[in-house]
Order: sequence, then structure tokens, then C-alpha cells
Amino acid sequence: MRIAAISFPATRRAMVDPGPQLRPAVGAKLRRPVARLGRPPHWTRRQALSGTLHWLALAASAGFAVRAGAQDGPPVVPLEVTEIASGVFVHQGAYALFAPSNRGDVANLSFVVGRDAVAVIDTGGSFAVGQALRAAIRAVTDKPIRHVINTHMHPDHLFGNAAFAEDRPDFIGHHKLAQALAARADRYLAVNAQLLGSEAFAGTRLIAPTRAVHDRAVIDLGGRELILEAQPTAHTDNDLTVHDTATGTLFLGDLLFMRHIPALDGSIRGWLALIDRLERVDAKRVVPGHGPPIAAWPEPMQPQKRYLETISAEVRRMIKEGRSIAEAATTVGLSEKDAWLLFDAFNARNVTAAFAELEWE
Amino acid sequence: MTERLSRRSVLGFVGAALSSLPITQALAEDDPWLGLHQDVFGNRPIAEEDGLVTLEAPVRAEDAALVPLTVRVSGGDASRPRSLTLLIDRNPAPVVATFSFGEGAGEVVLATRVRVDAYSNVRAVVETQAGSLHMATRYVKASGGCSAPALKDSELAEAELGKMRLRQFAAAPGSTSREAQLMIRHPNHSGLQMNQLTGYYIPAKFITDLEVRRGAALVFRMEGGISLSADPNIRFTFRPAGADEVLTAVAKDTDGRVLRGSWPVKSGDDS
Ligand SMILES: [Zn+2]
Repeated sequence: MRIAAISFPATRRAMVDPGPQLRPAVGAKLRRPVARLGRPPHWTRRQALSGTLHWLALAASAGFAVRAGAQDGPPVVPLEVTEIASGVFVHQGAYALFAPSNRGDVANLSFVVGRDAVAVIDTGGSFAVGQALRAAIRAVTDKPIRHVINTHMHPDHLFGNAAFAEDRPDFIGHHKLAQALAARADRYLAVNAQLLGSEAFAGTRLIAPTRAVHDRAVIDLGGRELILEAQPTAHTDNDLTVHDTATGTLFLGDLLFMRHIPALDGSIRGWLALIDRLERVDAKRVVPGHGPPIAAWPEPMQPQKRYLETISAEVRRMIKEGRSIAEAATTVGLSEKDAWLLFDAFNARNVTAAFAELEWE
Repeated sequence: MTERLSRRSVLGFVGAALSSLPITQALAEDDPWLGLHQDVFGNRPIAEEDGLVTLEAPVRAEDAALVPLTVRVSGGDASRPRSLTLLIDRNPAPVVATFSFGEGAGEVVLATRVRVDAYSNVRAVVETQAGSLHMATRYVKASGGCSAPALKDSELAEAELGKMRLRQFAAAPGSTSREAQLMIRHPNHSGLQMNQLTGYYIPAKFITDLEVRRGAALVFRMEGGISLSADPNIRFTFRPAGADEVLTAVAKDTDGRVLRGSWPVKSGDDS
């Protein structure tokens, strides 16, 4: 199946991204989202106020940030990239949580150069990182950037989208990406603005996908094709894989974590089942969402598989014994502690998510 | 079901009362509890940390949309309380739920999962049969639980809405009470999640009333609000009475949906 255009009417899409032509003039008030803010039927004044003010503050900061980012910002330093295969470039993100010092540059970002065009695979955790990625692409090639592919909804992978708006690419994602982002955008923007600080967050806004992949899609860059596959719920419910058949490079997004502890935000059962399928994909090398820029295939899937299997076995046992989710969060998975970076930041959360899923088995 | 499910209009929306009382509101700037105490319990004195009620909560929540709480009321069956109210001071809807207990209830140990929207005190207030109030308080570091998306897999959540499950556990040694866990597939939307594509808030859709009975005897009745986590999950105790007993649950949500389930009481652990 070819990529089908996503079915949101233009006006709805504009709520996330007005696009260059609809974006308010510099300094203009961001009117639309605010003006249409409805007060839920049985909402008290206090509740409505808190919600509205929150959004106003967000919209205002984003609006001013665009100005700062686009015109007065510091010169853009291109991201460091490695050419891991012919025409395939990867930037390795830091093993870290969002912080002002890393500007949200914590995920691996890639681009593939074909005869006619460039495809970007994930854009980083802020407008600034997206700009730096774009500069890295421009240091390599002048070919048009026609495709920006987001492997899934997490901010570290798509908050840099806005830096590519001027290229007018197709923003491509899993068919569930738009909905998943819609439910989370408000919170993602608020949380990340706070984590990154106003300087690093400047200019960051969300761009929803303009093209949805329902099953499988092929992108032709001229003489090389990328095969995009919408995966069932695993790391999230909107994971998309990209296979560059010309070099046998498989981009797994966060379906593969290496050294960085896996983060579960979808389904542990789905993820383990998908791993079994992915391991049979014929590829020469893979690019993980977090980890080194290149890895052999399929061996690097083993540690992640062991981690997820350990969590799932221990959680199932606790459920069977009638133990509580609180107890599980503090005791499950501890044997994996030394095997991963950022273990303390994610393990208990993964266990909590796995418990809430597996108790329904 | 012979008894009508009652309803308290302010439940889950205590903010309404708060905003109409400027003096209370001014006081609430610093400590929302002052206003909350007044709005929910009036001028009645509340004994704090006197040992009658204990509350377990994580110091730092791993997932703000799913913070586990456990409440224990000491004294065994004889001192079964009249009601238990869970509150989260800094949530948009501070009253999580009020549970009232009937003759089918065992000694009260109740566990559930809540959303916590800001670093906040979380409270369990017990009203005894004699009418006195007792409170345990824990400070929980969590944020954004009310606006976090309800469930990870949107399709599955929609497909399974309304499904109920009951797990039963073996009696604890020396206890005459049995433990059970009621699970309900329901997004329990807080209504605070804005749909960025439409600019509107997703309307609140949550469970307002829940009643659990052992045969005809009331185990507990809950009036709930938006601060209860998605897929509401309540672990409670009941007092078994004899053979061929059935536990029933009836839940109602804001859309007028009525969910029902019934399960035979098992003699032992079902796990
Ligand atoms: Zn991710």
C-alpha cells in the first residue's frame, strides 16, 4: 500500500501547526487555539481558569520563541553525524534525560540521501536540535528534503520537526501517530518546556503528520527506496520502522534500545511478540533509537529482550501471588540494574506499566 | 439493586464551592487544605495521624496517572468505619472518591490508584460510626497526572470499555475478612486532556458511582471523580457469610452507561 494522505481537514491540522503560510506574524497574538478553547460543560470556574491560563501561557511562550529562534538565535552549529553506510547518516543522541544543556538531543537522528531527495528519520527533542540536524544535512547535500519520518510520538524524536517546515516535506508517521500526539501534545509541550528551559525550548512547536502509514509504504528517493512499516503496539502504539533496502539498513526507532534502558509506553506483550518478528527481518545493520549509531543485526536485540522478559516474568509472578503494583514497582527488575544506563529513571515506571497491562491477562 | 445510588453534587468538583468563597480562596493560596477541609467537612474537627487510619503512598510517583494508594483502618471488624474519603489537595478535582461501607464489609483495607496533578498532599479521611473524623496524610511528588493520556493503547481501550474483572484472594491468617480486587476497563477521562487537533478538551467521561454487594449486603458504595486512574482498580475486603454467595458490582458513568458484573464467592485463592 502506498502512503495515504491523512484525513484531517486542513483547519484541524492547523491547530497543531498553522504552517508557514498560516503562522501569525511575529508578535501577533496566537488567537485561534485560545479563541476556540471551549469550557467543558460542568467545569467550575477554577478548573476552567487553570486549564485556560495554562494553555495561554504555553501558546504565548511558543509564539515568542518562534521569533527568537528564527531571527535572533545564535548561529546554528551542525550536529555531528557519521556516514554508517553509503548515503546513510546518523547522529548519536546523548544517554541522558531532557536538560537545558543537551537541548533534548538524546535520541539517534538519521537521514538518507538518494539521487533526487533526502529523507530525515526523526528530528530531535527541540527546534534547536532540528535546526542543527538540518544544518548537518545541508553540509552534506543540497538535495531537497522531501520526507520527514517520525518513528513514533516521543518528544525526543519529533520536537525538531518545525525546523523542517520551510522545506515543505511530507511529515510521515504511523496512522495512529496523529491521535496519540493529539492526546499528549499539551502535556508534552508543557513538560518539555520546563525541562529544557526557555532558551533550549525556543521555537519548539508540534507538527502533526501530514501523511499516515497504515500498513506499509514505499518512499522513492531516486534510485533507492525506503520501506516504511507501521508496527502493532509495542514501545508505543505508533511505532514505524524504516528499511533502506539499498544498504540493508534497518531504522528501528525505539523498538530497539541499546545501553539506554528500554522505556515502555505501549505494550510489553506486544513488544516481545514484535521482537520475535523483527529478529527475522533480513538486514545488514540496524540503527537503534538510543545507543550507538550502528549495530550488527540481530544480536543487539538480545539484552532488550532479556530485560523485557525478566520484567514480564517477575510481574506475572507478583500478580499471581496477589502482590500490589506498588510492591512490584520497588522490587521487579533489580537484577537488570547494572546492565543499563538510566535504570533508575525508567525501571519502576516500566514495571508499573507492565503490571497495569498484565493484570488484565 | 434495591437502594438508589446516591449522589453528592460537589463530589469531584469541590472547586465550585471554593471559587464562590473568596475568603476561603485567599486562604487556599498557600495551603489548599484549609479551604478543602471547610468545603468537604465543614467545621468538624479532624484528628490527624492518631493511628486509626494509615495511608501508604509512594514518595515519588513513577507514573503520575497511576499512583497506588493503600488505606488501612485499625481495629478489626468491630470498628468498621462509616466512610472513607480520599483527597488530593492540589488536583483540579481534589476529592478522589468517597467510600461508604455496609455490613458486608470486612475490616477496612482498601487500595486504589489515582492521578496526581502536582506535588501534593494526599489524604485519607475516615469517619467512624460514632461520627468522628480521622486523617492520614502523605506528600506525593508527581505531576501532570490529570492531563496525561488515559491509556497507552487507544484502540484496545475503546474495544474493552466496560469489561469488569474480579480477583479473589485467600484470607489473611487470623482474619475473618476476605480480600478481592475489582478491575473495570474504563478510560475515566479527566476531561483535562486537550485535543490539539480540534482545540477542544476531550469531554470528561468517568465512573461516578460504584456499588459492590455480597448477596444483598452492601460491601461498599463509592462516589468517584476524575482523579481516579483510568481502568479503575479497587482492592477491598469483604466478610464472607455462607455458601452459594455472589459478589455483584454495578458501576455508572457520566454517559449514563451502567456496567454490571457478578461472581460467585470462592472458598480460597483464585490466583
Ligand atoms: Zn520513545
